[in-house]
Amino acid sequence: MARITRSLDEALAPITDGCMLAVPRETSGVAMAATRALIRRGVKRLHLVALPTSTLQTDLLIGAGAIATLETSAVSLGEFGAAPRFNAAILAGAIHMRDATCPALHAQFQAAEKGVPFMPLRGLIGSDLMAHRPDWKIIDNPFGNDDPIVLLPALKPDVALFHAPLADRDGNVYIGRERELVIMAHAAARTIVTVEEIHETDLLHDPLFAAGTLPGFYVEAVAVERRGAWPLPLPDRYGIDAAHMSEYARLAATPEGFAQYLDRYVYAKRAA
Amino acid sequence: MTEFRDEELLADVICRLIGDARHVAVGAASPIPATAALLARERAGLHNSNRLYVSLLGSRAHTFFTDGARELFDCAGQGRIDVFFLSGGQIDGEGNINLVSVGDYERPKARFPGSFGSAYLYYVVPRVILFRTEHSRRTLVPKVDFISAPGGSPDNVVRPGGPIALITNRCLFEFDRMQRRFRLASVHPGHGVEEVVENTGFAFDRPAQVPLTPVPSAETLRLMRTVVAPMLAEIYPQFAQKVFGVAAPLPSAHA
Repeated sequence: MARITRSLDEALAPITDGCMLAVPRETSGVAMAATRALIRRGVKRLHLVALPTSTLQTDLLIGAGAIATLETSAVSLGEFGAAPRFNAAILAGAIHMRDATCPALHAQFQAAEKGVPFMPLRGLIGSDLMAHRPDWKIIDNPFGNDDPIVLLPALKPDVALFHAPLADRDGNVYIGRERELVIMAHAAARTIVTVEEIHETDLLHDPLFAAGTLPGFYVEAVAVERRGAWPLPLPDRYGIDAAHMSEYARLAATPEGFAQYLDRYVYAKRAA
Repeated sequence: MTEFRDEELLADVICRLIGDARHVAVGAASPIPATAALLARERAGLHNSNRLYVSLLGSRAHTFFTDGARELFDCAGQGRIDVFFLSGGQIDGEGNINLVSVGDYERPKARFPGSFGSAYLYYVVPRVILFRTEHSRRTLVPKVDFISAPGGSPDNVVRPGGPIALITNRCLFEFDRMQRRFRLASVHPGHGVEEVVENTGFAFDRPAQVPLTPVPSAETLRLMRTVVAPMLAEIYPQFAQKVFGVAAPLPSAHA
């Protein structure tokens, strides 16, 4: 049963050094306050899986030295340009990169949620991604005739972490249309969620909420963190903080600037 | 003739390439294709033709998906998306695209964001329009350093999709899937064939007389500027501001 924790740090305790951590794309609810708390705690050697892409969150974790392995389909700052710490780390060979493609990651999480070892996917054959992913295999479709198709192994993260608008006292979490958060939670061994606020009645008792709710059964811990996605957007709640993103892009262009950013917005505890 | 910006010309060309379609999807970091798709939807509405569905990745207002980020790919896998757009840090003459890195993959000289959904969508969406505004020998190369997604596949690989065209800031190429080769279709106003040859790293076919890309009509520009631009501001606020002078929505982060 999910617990509503008193502090963010208490909720984040299961994210230990070296664990496989799954996080969502920028527009689905990224737990940025939690990410800053993890960096303050000095988390190390994460195997980060960003479903299926990432922006500021991954760049920040890489710059802070928290990531050993990164598995995702793309990292950039969107309209704010390239992800500077990601690019620098790749050029320096400082992280192990497992390049993917968006639907492959979705399929790998779906395999995990079904409890099956793999999922087939079209495409991919002839892409150089295959050459660098020995864990992705081509078989001949057993139901077809000379029909090569790729099999992708199930991906079972230790922890999934995201930010959502609401949770109730039982740890049921309203995720609305961001259904990949449900798939992430089903696939991961444990799920930790930060939310804007606590909803005082049972989300599962209201049919309008229930269809967009991740049941507390799948949730390990919930922490309330208002504006917990800032400076990234939270669907239907708030938009991206463009001025802040521009400032990040400018500062993170150099290691010195990035260190300044950490001092100002991460180690200074209260950002927003 | 009304004055127009390069982005407006490119969106108009892409809109014509979209042609008759039921569902056009637009991926990440694609503001010009997004402009074209929304313009195509407005035109379809005006001409009372069949409804054109547009799905802009990252938008709340301009998408009908309710089943999470995977729905786009599952939809495409079933053939329910007619048109999609891809770009590349490098694109070569066989239509291979590279969204990963320059130089050796293990020790790259430059890194791009990554392959996004290209290694799948390029195979399954029937009409993929390639766009790369920077038209230079750096971007249009003889052979890409990393194939995120190939321009073509062997006959036994199930592949209903692939490229139909490549649009740049200088010209429009059409792609011949049988030959796996580009053909120069038109050159944009203010640009010339020799300039295109000089700035293209791969060989391509061209007719004896290369047409000039038609300029957007006054009505098209009006639709783009008054109807489409405010829609773009939701997910491409910087672009909408720069190209159309539409104020970005205020960040509510400090509200």
